[in-house]
Amino acid sequence: MREINVKEITEAVKNLCMNANYDLSDDVMTAFRRGLETEESPAGRGVFEALIENAEIAREERIPICQDTGFAVFFVELGQDVHIESGLLTDAINEGVRQGYGEGYLRKSICDPFTRKNTGDNTPAVINISLVSGDRLKIIAAPKGGGSTNMSRVTMLKPADGIEGIKNYVVQRAIEAGPNPCPPVIIGVGIGGTLELASLIAKKALLRPLGTTNPDPQLAEIEGDILKRVNDTGMGPQGFGGRIYAMGVHIEKFPCHIASLPLAVNICCHASRHKEIIL
Amino acid sequence: MSDIIRLTTPLSDSDVGELKAGDQVLISGILYTARDAAHKRLIDLLDQGKELPFDISGQIIYYVGPAPARPGKVIGPAGPTTSYRMDPYAPRLMEMGLKGMIGKGSRSSGVIEAMKRYRCVYFAAIGGAAALIARSIKKVDIVAYEDLGTEAIRRLEVEDFKTVVVNDIHGNDLYKDGKEKYCIEGN
Repeated sequence: MREINVKEITEAVKNLCMNANYDLSDDVMTAFRRGLETEESPAGRGVFEALIENAEIAREERIPICQDTGFAVFFVELGQDVHIESGLLTDAINEGVRQGYGEGYLRKSICDPFTRKNTGDNTPAVINISLVSGDRLKIIAAPKGGGSTNMSRVTMLKPADGIEGIKNYVVQRAIEAGPNPCPPVIIGVGIGGTLELASLIAKKALLRPLGTTNPDPQLAEIEGDILKRVNDTGMGPQGFGGRIYAMGVHIEKFPCHIASLPLAVNICCHASRHKEIIL
Repeated sequence: MSDIIRLTTPLSDSDVGELKAGDQVLISGILYTARDAAHKRLIDLLDQGKELPFDISGQIIYYVGPAPARPGKVIGPAGPTTSYRMDPYAPRLMEMGLKGMIGKGSRSSGVIEAMKRYRCVYFAAIGGAAALIARSIKKVDIVAYEDLGTEAIRRLEVEDFKTVVVNDIHGNDLYKDGKEKYCIEGN
């Protein structure tokens, strides 16, 4: 049994919150540079230029890429041979969020759904914990902005709708989202499971590095088909018109009930922020 | 894309009339910030027959909730928020003399009609380019609703604040035109 003190977890989460918001990962920067080379529309190329410059400023000055520093979402893989010492894991993560958003000059965006009163410290975080083998603790921070989340959906298709029905729904969702979720976007798709699991795997799909395809050849093909159809709409970066509305479509699949075909579409803006640490 | 147009606030009816969807516009002068909660309060004031906390005539509202400023900075990153959430409120403010709105994303047909009627233009700033956009903001003062934190109404002094006209007062829409121009057959 390995012991990890909650203080170590809090410190790690604090740094993850700040770094995820300041330092856009290389996979997204690479997609921006590729977009700048391949986008046909002058307005679209202007968007990629601005996004590259913006990310460079954020990294240098240690300020957020986007003012919407998001809901603090975490995926935690807890090794079964780890013992959390001196407190609760969830309390330690929330304290890390409090410190990271406070000391890191990140925006506090969480409020009561009725009164709209801000909680003041960006807590509570959304924490998804899974138990794994071993004696390590992996924490992935994936803060999620409100604008792109508002354009995301979950639906229960009929089994008869099949793969074509799935593709049509995702493409239609992108068309309806249009310029709202800050394109160029990444589209996370969760197929199967239950209502709540479809949503969770759609979010998890976004964690995969941009520019990679699903190792399952059938899912990779569906990803490619949806990406082409979405980009052929001509909506382009920021919806100004152009070739690149989405930089990637990431699908994850899970078995489902014989009666249902759950489908979740989690649209992520270009500020696709993920950072992880293993303790 | 046309040449770059420079405008200084407040905007006149003729400034607004000359703008076309797709025009790149660098705005200098004053922008007032307001998003969801502040809009609700502004409309509540109008419903009660009270005055707005600033003179809205000829002004531009920027839909933004900035991140906190680091010491030595006037403002934190400050990119546009999605505009459709302000659609229920925008026509009332245009009626009071609002001449411009800056945000990102599509507006409702009701707002687009009101823009034609009251001569008001909708500009987009690049969503998510918040650190870059903050560089064109030179001074910040809180005008009202400090209790709303990031959602308070702020008066921003801006220089060459980069925007694109999405909806002009003649009924043109950059989102529609841009999409049609680059759409590949069958979509």
